[in-house]
Amino acid sequence: MLGTTVILAFRAINRHKLRSFLTTLGIIIGVAAVVTMVTLGNGATAAVREQISSLGANVLQLRPGQGFGRGGGGPRPPDFKPQDLTAIENQLTGVRAVAPLVQSSGTAIYEGSNWSTTVYGTTAAYFEVQSWKADTGRLFLPDEEEAGKPVCIIGNTVRTNLFQGNDAVGKRMRIKGVSCQVIGTLATRGQGGFGDQDDVVVMPIKFVQRRFTGDRDISQILIAVDDAYDTSAVQGSLEELMRERRKVKTGSEDNFNVFDTKQISDTLTGTTTILTQIVAAVAAISLLVGGIGIMNIMLVSVTERTREIGIRLAIGAVAREVLLQFLVEAIVLSCLGGLIGLFLALIASVAIAPLMQVPFIFNVKVNLIAFLFSAAIGVVFGYFPARRAAALNPIDALRHE
Amino acid sequence: MASPAPIISMRGITKVFGSGPTAFQALKGIDLDIEEGDFVAVMGPSGSGKSTTMNILGCLDVPTAGEFLFKGRHVEQLDRDQRALLRRRYLGFVFQGFNLLARTSALENVELPLLYRGEDKKTRYDAGMAALDKVGLKEWWDHTPAELSGGQQQRVAIARAIVTQPAVLLADEPTGNLDSERSIEIMELLTDLNRNSGITVLMVTHEPDMAAFAHTIVHFKDGLVERVEERVKA
Repeated sequence: MLGTTVILAFRAINRHKLRSFLTTLGIIIGVAAVVTMVTLGNGATAAVREQISSLGANVLQLRPGQGFGRGGGGPRPPDFKPQDLTAIENQLTGVRAVAPLVQSSGTAIYEGSNWSTTVYGTTAAYFEVQSWKADTGRLFLPDEEEAGKPVCIIGNTVRTNLFQGNDAVGKRMRIKGVSCQVIGTLATRGQGGFGDQDDVVVMPIKFVQRRFTGDRDISQILIAVDDAYDTSAVQGSLEELMRERRKVKTGSEDNFNVFDTKQISDTLTGTTTILTQIVAAVAAISLLVGGIGIMNIMLVSVTERTREIGIRLAIGAVAREVLLQFLVEAIVLSCLGGLIGLFLALIASVAIAPLMQVPFIFNVKVNLIAFLFSAAIGVVFGYFPARRAAALNPIDALRHE
Repeated sequence: MASPAPIISMRGITKVFGSGPTAFQALKGIDLDIEEGDFVAVMGPSGSGKSTTMNILGCLDVPTAGEFLFKGRHVEQLDRDQRALLRRRYLGFVFQGFNLLARTSALENVELPLLYRGEDKKTRYDAGMAALDKVGLKEWWDHTPAELSGGQQQRVAIARAIVTQPAVLLADEPTGNLDSERSIEIMELLTDLNRNSGITVLMVTHEPDMAAFAHTIVHFKDGLVERVEERVKA
């Protein structure tokens, strides 16, 4: 009996191609919208997570001041001292690596090329904190760090622009007018959330302090937390230690701030997830409207086809068969709409993802749920018209004009 | 040549539409026997109860009271779906307005009853084409009703009615929408089916010329059988 009704349903759909297409249009658009939004949203979330994780996992960033964009007025809070670094290394438990950081910008010159870039002054620990490895050459030796020797490790962007991608290890270049020897090149990290991470020249901190910044202050300290320890507990101890060292009175605000990269990551991915859900919810409403559209057309169709139903009943169709035919018609329509919608969503996602600079991630679960939902819409919104059709009295139906 | 048990037997059939003061009694006690293989014309002015009787005979409607035996079965006791199965098995319908499915080929229209019987594709095709052949429209199998004349449409409808080889063919004013020439063609077709395929034919008509093709003419008046006119059987 199901086979018969499926044949009849397909024949009925085939007889009214345009109407069938218009009926499904709501479902097509609804499914396409939901799946595209969720796919792009997931891509955006993944992109944010990727960018944040490039800052290093479980890394605490200690900076002076009260965080981004705050504490505008008043005197600038002091930078950190080398003693602060030593104190963190010696007194804080659960720390895997600690790296000081000072920054300076300047022009690097090699033979005829010059390139404006950022100079990082730090120690070998920086690469451990960032989980960053040398591509060619090596990292700093302890005596180079200790003496602040003029050696540098360059990022891939600098290497490309200054050395045209040729081997740079061992070459001497000039940075901010000072000669230095390239001892290593870094593996590519790509575009991060904060610009090109490969556009960097890393030098021993003592060299940068002596030649460029002129004092022994440290503008930022990066702390990698041991995996066995709780990041927020370590953050708490760190804040306590710094309040003590920087003599912050009880009750007054910190003149430094600690960023937990994991926390930033969670916050940002949480935000994109919520945005995705909101947009998907709006799209889901259009799917619902599509379902109501199917019910509307099916109801009209039942009225329009009253005589046909009468013929079927007179010929010997039982009520169940008429009900099933109309139900199957609605389900076939909504499933077809769902499939077309998924196909459109695939095309749209693949086309839009690069424009939004997010990766395209095909999510089987989202596609499956959207398809099943469209099928369910067929059942739910097809049942009422189908029941109405099946309940018709054959004599009245045959007389219907 | 009356057979021992008539295929259709009605006893004291009444039918009341509505209830209370607006109730209308369409049938006031019909007694009617129809022998297997008969060709019966039902005549009478409108409102005489002939259509109501045909609906009950066609198992489309149930009487308010009385007994209706079809092949020895009490139809008045059957529910909606049981009556549908009875129609599927034994009855064929031809309507005044043809009632073919629009935008559907002649063959698909004719195959429809077989589809509900669950016949396979080949059986449907063979039986459908045979039925179209019988009404002389084999060449027109892929035409939709819109592409056929009125007479051709009615012949497709007849093919649909006989494709299941029913015991009884019910025709409700089958020539009502046709000119006299087409009408005679249809009547000759019905006569042929009755004579050569052994199908019992019940036909409602108000045209004496058409009723003249029948062996038995039942005259209705005011919800009762006025008289039964037996004619010379061929």
